[in-house]
Amino acid sequence: MERKIRVLVAKPGLDGHDRGAKVVASALRDAGMEVIYTGLHQTPEVIVEAAVQEDVDVIGLSILSGAHMALFPRILELLRERGADDKLVVAGGIIPKDDIEELKRMGISEIFGPGTPTSQIVDYIKREVEARRA
Amino acid sequence: MGGLFDKERFEELRKKNAEWESKFREACLPFEVTNRSGRAIKPLYTPLDVADLDYERDLGFPGEFPFTRGIYTTMHRGRLWTMRQFSGYGTARDSNRRYHFLLDRGQTGLSVAFDMPTIMGYDSDHPRAHGEVGMCGVAIDSLKDMEILFEGIPLDKVSTSMTINAPAAILLAFYICVGEKQGVPSEMLRGTIQNDILKEYIAQKSWIFPPEPSMRIITDILAFCADHVPKWNTISISGYHIREAGSTAAQELAFTLADGFAYVEAGIASGLDVDRFAPRLSFFFNAHLDFFEEIAKYRAARRIWARKMKTKYGAKRKESLLMRFHTQTAGCTLTAQQPENNIVRTAYEAMAAALGGTQSLHTNSMDETLALPSEKAVQIALRTQQILAFETGVTQTIDPLAGSYYVEYLTNRLEEEAEAYFKKIDDLGGVIKAIEAGFFQKEISDAAYRYQREIEKKDKIVVGVNEFVIEDEKLEIEILKIDPRVEKEQTRALKRLREERDNDAVRRALEDLKRAAAGNDNLMPKILTCSRTYCTLGEMIGVLKEVFGEYKEPIIY
Repeated sequence: MERKIRVLVAKPGLDGHDRGAKVVASALRDAGMEVIYTGLHQTPEVIVEAAVQEDVDVIGLSILSGAHMALFPRILELLRERGADDKLVVAGGIIPKDDIEELKRMGISEIFGPGTPTSQIVDYIKREVEARRA
Repeated sequence: MGGLFDKERFEELRKKNAEWESKFREACLPFEVTNRSGRAIKPLYTPLDVADLDYERDLGFPGEFPFTRGIYTTMHRGRLWTMRQFSGYGTARDSNRRYHFLLDRGQTGLSVAFDMPTIMGYDSDHPRAHGEVGMCGVAIDSLKDMEILFEGIPLDKVSTSMTINAPAAILLAFYICVGEKQGVPSEMLRGTIQNDILKEYIAQKSWIFPPEPSMRIITDILAFCADHVPKWNTISISGYHIREAGSTAAQELAFTLADGFAYVEAGIASGLDVDRFAPRLSFFFNAHLDFFEEIAKYRAARRIWARKMKTKYGAKRKESLLMRFHTQTAGCTLTAQQPENNIVRTAYEAMAAALGGTQSLHTNSMDETLALPSEKAVQIALRTQQILAFETGVTQTIDPLAGSYYVEYLTNRLEEEAEAYFKKIDDLGGVIKAIEAGFFQKEISDAAYRYQREIEKKDKIVVGVNEFVIEDEKLEIEILKIDPRVEKEQTRALKRLREERDNDAVRRALEDLKRAAAGNDNLMPKILTCSRTYCTLGEMIGVLKEVFGEYKEPIIY
């Protein structure tokens, strides 16, 4: 049997808005994935360490503080350093359009803005992970 | 005293009501539907739903117990709510400019938004602050920044609300020091610090210290302000964030009041007379989209607070019974899709707050799901309040929905639900124990997830999101961008400050603060000394962390 998709839901940065992260975590869990939630206020170092230790397929980053342009690139850089840049990295939060384009260029696969149905996130992750496993 | 209705005629009424109900059901429509809080709603309410309502006992007159209809005799006829737009970004200089803009446009009070490092107790040059400086609020590192923030704004003329919690004592101290420099004594300062740490653990999640020392800091503030800053609102007990995190209206009401009672109990336990500090407690509620339920929520909140303060906590002064509250329209109801529609949502929400008797109001800007609001968007939001206040006539009559069978039913029902929650919280051992057990967090995240599923199943419609969608929508509004120079500027200014100040005095002041934290002295005078010597916020929080430790949340979803 193929192993379940493992997802790390992470809250980098200092903001405490965890409604979205928790809703997404619950939806992924209900869709049959194994979900690890880091809790709030995590540094890029802690997030990448957890992703490697837990051997996840996917890292879901949620941030609403505006610090995404400082923290996301750092997370991507650390993943590369650890040879873990094969993991799918997706994100959500309050992220302006211009930043979305730049972050995608840097290696965030997809950014889900406010109002995204959780089913869309589930479908995307399933599709991408299957493609990577194939 | 007697009921509002002639009960002898109820039998007849019951019969007629049943007849009407069967006619309604013939239309094959569901009799009960649920609102956004998950509450079952009937198509019609009658005297039967509020049969026991007693005018004097349950409603009374504005300015009279139990204050259901409003806390003041004249309400908005006498004094309009304060129009208070929450604002702050970039450097103190940037935000000072925005405050002057808002005051020029007719805003009547200030409300400071701090950036995340300030909220979490880090200086702008701390590694954890990287990328966050000035992003979702103004960066304040020391009294120096605070002096710039209020340049040209006389503190004896405006009232200022500061959304700050774990480091509230420090920002209050900075404000008092700015007053000193302007020649305004602390006795004259008017304003609010949010200072509501319990809802941080429950919903907003910007904590620093564990609950016990946090409560000690708060009771120190209560005692200090009672003596020295008597017009200051010492805690703004907040339901806003609880609702934003996904709670229902009943949960917002119940958890907020439970927090309020916990502060009252802490104040009493610290040896303060309830009537010395209770009059300066204020509240902060959300204005969500369910118009009638929101109005009922404010009415129920006033009544519960007054009843409990009087009977349970033995308050004697009338001021101790008055629930004064600020309202903010619900950020979580705004959509990134077709953002202009948010102006309409905000207007309905603001009207509920006005009809609910709010003392001050923030209306959200249409672009807040995308970024911090642009000047244009803020102006429309402020104009929304002004149109409401001056054109619609809602200020002419006090509590005009009283006596509506539906609104009175909802008011009663919300009070009952809150009471049931109070009992549950008591059974868990009180608010702090319930936080440690994850009780509130679980209730809220369950409600949030239920609502999300309802949206995805289209049980609930969100215009522009799951219905009336525009495919490939182009965004046509301007977006405020925070210049990354802010972090560099703050860091440079901080370096200069650390070089120029009297570092011996700084060291002594910090040592003194640490000693007080380890002992029982009130922390406020020590924090004031630190502020005057230009200790930074991060330095003060640093020594307090050494004594108090840091909070770790239970992970629950």
